[in-house]
Amino acid sequence: MTQTKEQTPRQEITITGFGGQGIVLAGRILGKAAVLGDHKQSTLVQSYGPEARGGACSAQVIISEGTIHYPYVRHPDILVSMSQTGFDKFIGQLKEGGTVLIDQDLVQPRGLEGDVFPIPATRIAEELGRKMMANIIMFGFFTVITRAVSMEAALDSVVGSVPKGTEEMNKKAFDKGCDYGVALLKSWEKKAKGREGA
Amino acid sequence: MNPAVLTGEHFMTGDVACAEGALAAGCRFFGGYPITPATEIAEHISARMPELGGTFIQMEDEIAAMASVIGGSCAGVKSMTATSGPGFSLMMENIGLAVCTETPCVVVNVQRAGPSTGLPTQGAQGDMLQARWGSHGHYEIIALAPSSPQEIFYQTIRAFNLSETYRVPVLIMTDEMVGHLSERVVIPKAKAIKTVSRPRAKGRKDRFKPFEPGPNGVPPMAIAGEGYNIHVTGLTHDEMGYPAMTVEAQAKMMAQLVGKIRRNLDDIISTEGYELEDAEIVIVSYGVSARTSLAAVEEARGEGIKAGLLKLNTVWPFPEDQIRALSERVKGFITVEINLGQIHLEVERCACGKVPALLAGHPGGTIIPPDRVIEILKEGF
Repeated sequence: MTQTKEQTPRQEITITGFGGQGIVLAGRILGKAAVLGDHKQSTLVQSYGPEARGGACSAQVIISEGTIHYPYVRHPDILVSMSQTGFDKFIGQLKEGGTVLIDQDLVQPRGLEGDVFPIPATRIAEELGRKMMANIIMFGFFTVITRAVSMEAALDSVVGSVPKGTEEMNKKAFDKGCDYGVALLKSWEKKAKGREGA
Repeated sequence: MNPAVLTGEHFMTGDVACAEGALAAGCRFFGGYPITPATEIAEHISARMPELGGTFIQMEDEIAAMASVIGGSCAGVKSMTATSGPGFSLMMENIGLAVCTETPCVVVNVQRAGPSTGLPTQGAQGDMLQARWGSHGHYEIIALAPSSPQEIFYQTIRAFNLSETYRVPVLIMTDEMVGHLSERVVIPKAKAIKTVSRPRAKGRKDRFKPFEPGPNGVPPMAIAGEGYNIHVTGLTHDEMGYPAMTVEAQAKMMAQLVGKIRRNLDDIISTEGYELEDAEIVIVSYGVSARTSLAAVEEARGEGIKAGLLKLNTVWPFPEDQIRALSERVKGFITVEINLGQIHLEVERCACGKVPALLAGHPGGTIIPPDRVIEILKEGF
């Protein structure tokens, strides 16, 4: 309803998880990539309150070619979930045919039909020795799967948003997420081809 | 070390953009007390101020914070504070002192839902009449209402410029939504930013009258410690600044305090019109609600309804003449604001019964969806 005349290409993204997983930072990195790297319009609204302290936490990002008047996400095109509570709370809002990305070890996509893109982001982060980088791994995965922002903008934004001295580690985490996404898409493509051949 | 003006393109929150606007305007004293959702302004400025040789001080409460801002300004430094509802209430008495002593300063209110402690983390626009009349006595004051991080950057600079020009407190009445919204903010080169400083005392130090109006109706200001004899009081005072307990002195001082604003409405009042030329229904709004309203105007236009938006960048002094002029030719007004009718009362007053003035209000905690504005528009007209 609110997007009449804002018919310019526009994507609404909700990122959810627990407080402390870097959900809001992931949203900030995404919005920053869209604005500074891809020269689009973007808004970030973060959930803010007692529920954000350890409970379900969310970042709402809109990316648009045109002006964004109403900055709140009501029906996300993309839902990224890094916790079950976050998934359960926001899945009902997903636009029909919307894309869902989950940390597969933390989220059971209950009752969801259609494509879900799973990644063991936290596990990969633990293997890298930095559990707190799960958000960056997820962001790399997100960039490959959704193409909501360009690869170059995404990487620049990661490097420009993390604490000084951690750039290389975060770059590595981002790459891990990207690689996982590319491999997943390839394996699905292969499977689809196999089915066609049969 | 970062420069005072962070020239470039940024993705930042309204609160941070407000802090950067203040520094770009030349603010070098911040006295505050943290409160959600304004804390990030103090937090950001506390990190930036020492880089610029300025002063940040966290006071014991908001009463003291406002007092420190008056002190900072009297010492010759552009000064500000930032707070939210409960702190704004505590600042009221000293805001009146700044009005009476003609002390330039900027007060930011990142509004949250009240009354009392209310919803600390959720926004509203419920302090708009408090901004106008919250301190006792009759006075004129200036209040601005930005609707995006980019606007808050520029309006904070404008707040300092108006405050320094007219020697009056200027209030920035923003809201939690704008304060916590991240968006593109473009900061221009330092030399492209126009800053204004107060008229300063000149001439013989023994003949200076600290409250004698200059050519533009505003008294030149002596800085504490530079050698001029000054006396500053919240009592009714004469041009020497000395208490003058007479009806005549009161009338003269009031004419000065009120007149310097009322004579300069064209300079102070800033509004923007969208699709107003042929508008039949005019939506009046400000702050975050102006964004929602713009979406509603576009939606209404898409349905063939001739709606337009009058966006108030300056809320106080109220743009009475504009509403009066519009009421001669439009079918009606809808005021969109996150309270149960405040600026709406002003619109209704200025429409003077000529056309209906409706309210699209909200008790607070969230923004008003454009659909709600459209519903009211369709029901009402």
